[in-house]
Amino acid sequence: MTSMTQVDSRREHTATEPTPEDAANRSRLRRPEKWAALVLLIPALVGFAVFYVFPTIRGVYYSMTDFNLLNQPSFVGADNFSAMVDDPQVWASLRITAVFAILNIVIVMSLALVLAAFMQRMRLRTWVRSLLLLPWLVPNVAIALIWAWLFDANVGFFTNMLSSIGIKAFTFYNADAALWIIVLISVWSGLGYTALLLYAGMLQVPTELYEAGALDGASEVSLFFRITLPLIRPVLALVLVVSLIGSFQVFDLVQVGYGNNPIPEVRVIYYYIYQQAFSFYQMGYASAIAILLVVILGALTFVQMRLMRANRSDLA
Amino acid sequence: MSAGAVVSKTQAIRRSVRMRPGATIAWVLVGATIIATLFPFYWMIRTALTPAGELVADASLLWPTDPTLINFQRVLGLTSVEEAVAAGGSGASIDFVRYTINSVIYAGSVAIIQTLSCAAAAYAFARLRFPGRDVLFAVILAGLMIPGIFTLLPNFALLREWGLLNTMVGLVAPALLMSPFTIFFLRQFFLSLPQDVDEAAMIDGVGPLGRFWRIALPMSRGPIATMMLITLVGMWKDYLWPLVAGNSEFTRLLTVALSVFQQQSPNTSPDWTGLMAGATLSVAPVLLILIFLGRQLVQSLNFSGGK
Repeated sequence: MTSMTQVDSRREHTATEPTPEDAANRSRLRRPEKWAALVLLIPALVGFAVFYVFPTIRGVYYSMTDFNLLNQPSFVGADNFSAMVDDPQVWASLRITAVFAILNIVIVMSLALVLAAFMQRMRLRTWVRSLLLLPWLVPNVAIALIWAWLFDANVGFFTNMLSSIGIKAFTFYNADAALWIIVLISVWSGLGYTALLLYAGMLQVPTELYEAGALDGASEVSLFFRITLPLIRPVLALVLVVSLIGSFQVFDLVQVGYGNNPIPEVRVIYYYIYQQAFSFYQMGYASAIAILLVVILGALTFVQMRLMRANRSDLA
Repeated sequence: MSAGAVVSKTQAIRRSVRMRPGATIAWVLVGATIIATLFPFYWMIRTALTPAGELVADASLLWPTDPTLINFQRVLGLTSVEEAVAAGGSGASIDFVRYTINSVIYAGSVAIIQTLSCAAAAYAFARLRFPGRDVLFAVILAGLMIPGIFTLLPNFALLREWGLLNTMVGLVAPALLMSPFTIFFLRQFFLSLPQDVDEAAMIDGVGPLGRFWRIALPMSRGPIATMMLITLVGMWKDYLWPLVAGNSEFTRLLTVALSVFQQQSPNTSPDWTGLMAGATLSVAPVLLILIFLGRQLVQSLNFSGGK
C-alpha cells in the first residue's frame, strides 16, 4: 500500500504545481499516521510482547537451566541438550510422532484430493458441504471419548462389527492397534476440512482448461493429474505445511484417550514435553525438547516450501 | 454457426467433462464420506440416551429400546447423588452447567476482544505508513511457526509468578489481545478494500483512527464476524492451556471437565452413557453454529484456500 499512496501523491504533483500550501496539507494528513498506527497497534503489540516474544526469550533461557518451578532457574549450559541425546524416550517419541504424521498426512491428502475432485464435478449445496466440517469444529476431547467408546473392548460398536467379521484385537487400548486408531481418528476429523480447502483451490482453476483438455481427448484421470494437480500446487503446499505442523502437535487425542500414563506406543513428543513439565516439573528439560521440536518443524517447513515451490503459482 | 449453437456446444462439452466419471460413483463416494463423518456423532447421542443398565444389551441397536434423559440430568447436576449412582455414575460431583458457562466466557471474551484488537493492528499494517512496518509484520508472522507448547511453558511460569493460575483473567490473558493468524487474515482483507473511500475520507479531513473506526470496520463486518466465529470455535475446542492453567473447580472449562470426568470414571467399566451425555453438551453449540452459520464457515475456507 505504500506504493499506492506514493503514486497518488505523485498524481497530485503533475495535476497542479506543488505549492507550499499543498505540502503543508500533505504533511498534515501524513503526520498523524505514525501515532495513529501506534494507537491501533498497542493492544496487539502488548499481547505479542508479553505472551509471545517474552516467553520465547524465556523459553530459550529455561532450556539452559535446571528449573522445577519452585527453585530459581540455575544455569546448566548445554546439559539439558546432552541429556536429550541420551534419552531414549525423546527419540522413541519423535519416531512415533513422525510415523503418525506421515500416515496421517498421506492418507488425509490422498482421500481429500479424491473427494475434492469429485466435489468439483458435482453441484453440492453449501450446507451439504458444511456437514463435512463438523469433526473439525468439535473439541478433540469429545472426539477422543467418542472413538474410545466406539472401539471399547467390551461393547464398542466398531469392535463388535470388526469381531463379527473376524478381526478380534482392534480395540482402543490394544498396543498394536493404538497408533492406527489415533491415525484413523485424525484422518476422520481432518478429511472434510482438508477436502474443502483443496476444493476451494480447485474452484480457481479456469473451466476452459478442462474443456480444452476434453476436446483433445484427455481422460478424466489425466485431466486431474495434468491440470488440477499442478494448478492447485500453492494450496496443496499450504495445506501440507499446516497439516505437518498440526500433526507434530498431536496431543489431546492421546492425553484424553489414553490418560495420564499412556501405553508406550502412543507417547507422542507433545505428550512427553507435557509430562516432563507438568508431571515431573522439569521445566528446563521440557523447554529444551520444545526447542528441538521448533527446529525440526522449522526445517521441515523450509524443505517442504522449497520442494513445492509454493510461492509460485502456474495460474499467476 | 450461431452464437446459440456455440453456447450449447460449450455447455454440452462442459456437461460431458463434469459428468463423465459416472455421477453415481461421485454421489456414492461423497454420500459415504458424509455418513462416515456423521455416524460417530449419531452414536454419541444414541449412547447418551441409553440407560446405563441397558448399554450391553443394546450395544448393537441403532436406537435404545428405552431412551432416557437421565444421563443429561446427572451430568448437569440435576439429580441427587443416589440417583446418579443408581443411573451408573460414580457419584463424584459434576457440574457441567458451570463448566459450560466458563467455556462460553472463555471462548466468547477471547473471540470478541482478540478479533477487535487484531483488526486494529491489521488495519495499521494494511493501510497506514509507519517506520518498521514490514519488519514488524514479518516478526509477527514468524509467530505462526512456533508450536504452542514452546511458549506455553514460560507463560505458565509467568502466570504462576503473577498469582494468576486458576483465575479466569489468567486463563484468557495469553490469547486475549493477539493472534498472528487473525492479524494476517484481516490484513489481507483490509488490503483488498477500495482505496477511493479512504481517500475521500482523507480529503474530508477524517484522520486515520476515524477511517479505521468509521469506514474500514463497518465495511468489514463480514470478515470480522467470520474471524470471531473461527476464534470462538478454536477457543471452545482449546484443551492443553486450560488443562494446565485453569484446572480448578471455579475455572474448569468443558473440555477439561470432560477429561477429568473420564479419568474419574473407573477404567474397567467407564461411565460411557454419562461421558457421551457430557460430550453431547460440548458438541451441541458447535452443531448450532454449523446449522446456522455453516455457509459462512465454508466461505471463509474458500477465502483462505482460494488465496
